[in-house]
Amino acid sequence: MSSNVVTDQSFEQSVLKSRIPVLVDFWAVWCAPCRLAEPVLEELSEQYKDKVSIFKLSVDENPRTGEVYGVMSIPTTILFKDGKELGRQVGFSGKGAFEELIKKVI
Amino acid sequence: MEEIYDVAIIGSGSAAFTAAIYTTRGAARTVILGGANWGGQLMLTTEVENFPGYESLLGPELMGKLKNHATKFGGEFLAVDVEDVNFNPSDGKLFSLQTGGRVYQARSVIAATGALIRWLGLPSEERLIGRGVSSCAPCDAPFFKEKNVIVVGGGDAAMEEASVLTKYASSVALVHRRDTFRASRVMRDRVLNNPKIKVIWDTVIEEILGEDRVTGVRLKNLKSNETSEMPVDGVFVAIGHDPSTKLFFGKLELDDKGYIKIVKHDKWGVKNEVGEPIGNKFSTTTSVEGVFAAGDVADYRYRQAITAAGMGCQAGMDALSWLEETKGHA
Repeated sequence: MSSNVVTDQSFEQSVLKSRIPVLVDFWAVWCAPCRLAEPVLEELSEQYKDKVSIFKLSVDENPRTGEVYGVMSIPTTILFKDGKELGRQVGFSGKGAFEELIKKVI
Repeated sequence: MEEIYDVAIIGSGSAAFTAAIYTTRGAARTVILGGANWGGQLMLTTEVENFPGYESLLGPELMGKLKNHATKFGGEFLAVDVEDVNFNPSDGKLFSLQTGGRVYQARSVIAATGALIRWLGLPSEERLIGRGVSSCAPCDAPFFKEKNVIVVGGGDAAMEEASVLTKYASSVALVHRRDTFRASRVMRDRVLNNPKIKVIWDTVIEEILGEDRVTGVRLKNLKSNETSEMPVDGVFVAIGHDPSTKLFFGKLELDDKGYIKIVKHDKWGVKNEVGEPIGNKFSTTTSVEGVFAAGDVADYRYRQAITAAGMGCQAGMDALSWLEETKGHA
């Protein structure tokens, strides 16, 4: 599968220290819009592979990272480059909104 | 050669899915352009207790069932967003619907795009969406464990948000601009009997406070005009919905509230034996012949999952019968 999982433990290594930009999807199983966003992110992950990595972070099992970035609503998708946040998308508004975010770095 | 559909349905709430059940069972080739974020308002709720046949089930679960049902008889469901519509075709008589990837052509269209959350419209609110401001308690309530939250609104949606939040938050305030709720009795009583919910009547949120996360609200009592500040970590907005009609501006006639107008065309008028008009053959027709509307996008009054489903059924049947009547047009 193309979609990668990141945890509180692996966040620094996989996201902050990543050589390429990373889009992190903060989600949970009980959030219906998050489930709808899933296939769209999978598609983007395929489409932009080698340019942007896309990771999923379950807020249930990994409360710390969301707390650090002030995530209080899901889905929230944050774009990181060189360890810094470049932008975020709150809620699921279709593929276009994610692409707009991704276009900030490619 | 692009395939041509008999019916194209725009939307994916209970109106859209019910319409598809009827059109496909009438053997009309049907495509449902449901949007990437499909499922409509019920995707943002928990228990639904007023959809006949289900004493209680989760909103997203109901929408999953309706989606399966809508495709069971051959309906094609696509999670794509319609970006533009052509309801005034110059060549031939097919309607066309533009999505990101392609154009869909259809002999008739059912507009069932539903309604979208209405926000308070404060700049502070826009800045803090996702940072304490939310419209979906079932999605976001767990972030407010042991925190103080305020819900704004007076309908069933506000009651639901407040009730869901009591499972996590240490205190829930419910602020409403009037001195009574318009919510149903069951939902109202659930809130009024919940010791964790404090109701603040006759009051509006004037400002949401906080720079990068919500720290409080400034309230204004509409009777005394007094303002006060209240520290909260979260603001849940449930003041209603607006019809999702942006796609139809300049294409369909809308009423003064922005809902799609149901237009009864004289040519489909039904007369009794002495020639007096006694009704119309169709009840979901819009200003454009062959385009029908159903659900919250055309219903200001009831706005329930089941009334939307009922109207979806009517639109489906109207589309079938209109296609039959106008055979050869397209």
